[in-house]
Amino acid sequence: MSDNTNPTHKPVLLAAKQVAKHFGGVKALRDVSLTIRQGEIYGLIGPNGAGKTTFFNCMTGLYIPDGGGFDFTGTPLVADAPDQAAARGIARTFQNIRLFGNMSALENVMVGRHVRTRAGVIGAMFNSAATRAEEAAIRERAMALLHYVDIAERADDLAKNLSYGEQRRLEIARALATEPKLLCLDEPAAGMNATETGELRELIEGIRGDGTTVLLIEHDVKLVMGLCDRVAVLDYGALVIEDVPAVVQNDQRVIEAYLGA
Amino acid sequence: MDIFLQQIVNGLVQGSIYALVALGYTMVYGIMGLINFAHGEVVMIGTLTAITVAGSLLAAGMPPALAGLAALIVATLLCMALGWGLERIAYRPLRNAPRLTPLITAIGMSIILQNLAMILWGRNYQTFPPLFPKVNFELAGVHFTAVQVIIVLLSAATMLSLTLLVYRTKLGMAMRATAQNPAVAGLMGVNSNRVISAAFVIGSALAALAGIMVGAYYEIAHYQMGFMLGLKAFTAAVLGGIGNLLGAMAGGILLGLIEALGAGYIGDLTGGFLGSHYQDIFAFMVLIVVLMFRPSGLFGEKTGDRA
Repeated sequence: MSDNTNPTHKPVLLAAKQVAKHFGGVKALRDVSLTIRQGEIYGLIGPNGAGKTTFFNCMTGLYIPDGGGFDFTGTPLVADAPDQAAARGIARTFQNIRLFGNMSALENVMVGRHVRTRAGVIGAMFNSAATRAEEAAIRERAMALLHYVDIAERADDLAKNLSYGEQRRLEIARALATEPKLLCLDEPAAGMNATETGELRELIEGIRGDGTTVLLIEHDVKLVMGLCDRVAVLDYGALVIEDVPAVVQNDQRVIEAYLGA
Repeated sequence: MDIFLQQIVNGLVQGSIYALVALGYTMVYGIMGLINFAHGEVVMIGTLTAITVAGSLLAAGMPPALAGLAALIVATLLCMALGWGLERIAYRPLRNAPRLTPLITAIGMSIILQNLAMILWGRNYQTFPPLFPKVNFELAGVHFTAVQVIIVLLSAATMLSLTLLVYRTKLGMAMRATAQNPAVAGLMGVNSNRVISAAFVIGSALAALAGIMVGAYYEIAHYQMGFMLGLKAFTAAVLGGIGNLLGAMAGGILLGLIEALGAGYIGDLTGGFLGSHYQDIFAFMVLIVVLMFRPSGLFGEKTGDRA
């Protein structure tokens, strides 16, 4: 449980400023503004189709917003550049797991180290000493991350052969490999049973404990309310409320959005 | 039996060359789904460059081994630059265009390169300078030359290195990740532009090597030689399952063997009606038969697996 009774004193990590995105006539995001502070576990909830994943996609460079933008650590994020989002320190997992299925679990995590390592094409072609040393370091770090999410024994198995829960953990390890300042988890508990959800919760709290800010999209309201320091609610692409769980839970507009009243 | 073994040797040599060229097609296709029809022309430029460099160095009195090495280095570097430039100029601006557009562009680039080569080297056949000693070996009734041995060994070493590059290095990992899911690879910090450039540059280096082998083997070259060679190598890539490295290697060797055996026996099979110059029909007949029974090629995966 969090001891962040007054999170407003912490510096802002990510500020969304009137982010808008529409697909044809459908307004998926309507001028959404919110702020995520360093060290928070921040929840983003809302009914299906409320625009949560669209928000993630705009932030990580998969979509270009039609209006507004993001400030990250005080400077604007460049739209339409996924590898730059990773370089700036934003990593994510996916609602529908998107691992590199035909690569081993270890290799999946090693790919995530790319953004933090240097040796280039020429070095690889000639297999220089620097390249080999770097690759050994990458392998070691990737293995440590597999231990961290507790699936080290599956390191050499193809990602597609891992169980569902293991794949979720592997996605988190791969995202952590980029050394993110902000880790965005898109419905990590989807399809998990109570035990798995409990383990996931411990993992997320551990990640925050290690200094990484976490943004969580989740349907499991109980998990969100128990885990998050602050919660934002989206409905029909618009921000309904952004506050601590105790306030959000009792907000009339949130109850209406969820009950469809 | 002598003919059979002899044709196996000939087929291995020809197949090694196909395999090297096929790898260029399959790497680019695997990563970006593009069939780079100008790849055969890169081979041709490699051959003609090597002829010019080696020829003038030999004329200047340099020993054949050194002249050959210089030709190899110059041709490889030039082809790498050419492959990089092709992608930058012709394909990158069309990255998000419908699939047919870059395909037509590739055919256009192929025509441009052929004409460029015709302007630079003329319409006549060029003779490949004598770089390798004219040594013949005989083993169990089979004759082979030093050039043939070099081609097979060098191809095998190159293919082994490429396999290690793709399966053991960070760059190779980035290439495989991009092939499986470009968007997610990007989110992990893989710069897809660099990975695609690398695929073109590496493929072109293999093309240059293959070009020199073809030149040394047949001892002649021509500005149109890339067309049929490219088509055959593409066939080999499809035969093995395009997008699959092992498939391109196996497909190349297999195609070389089928052609050589076909050429050796077609006269007997048709009672002398068709001569060995009909060998080209075997490549395409085999392709059609394989695609009828295994549309994704010998080592290809079901297309659903790419996502």
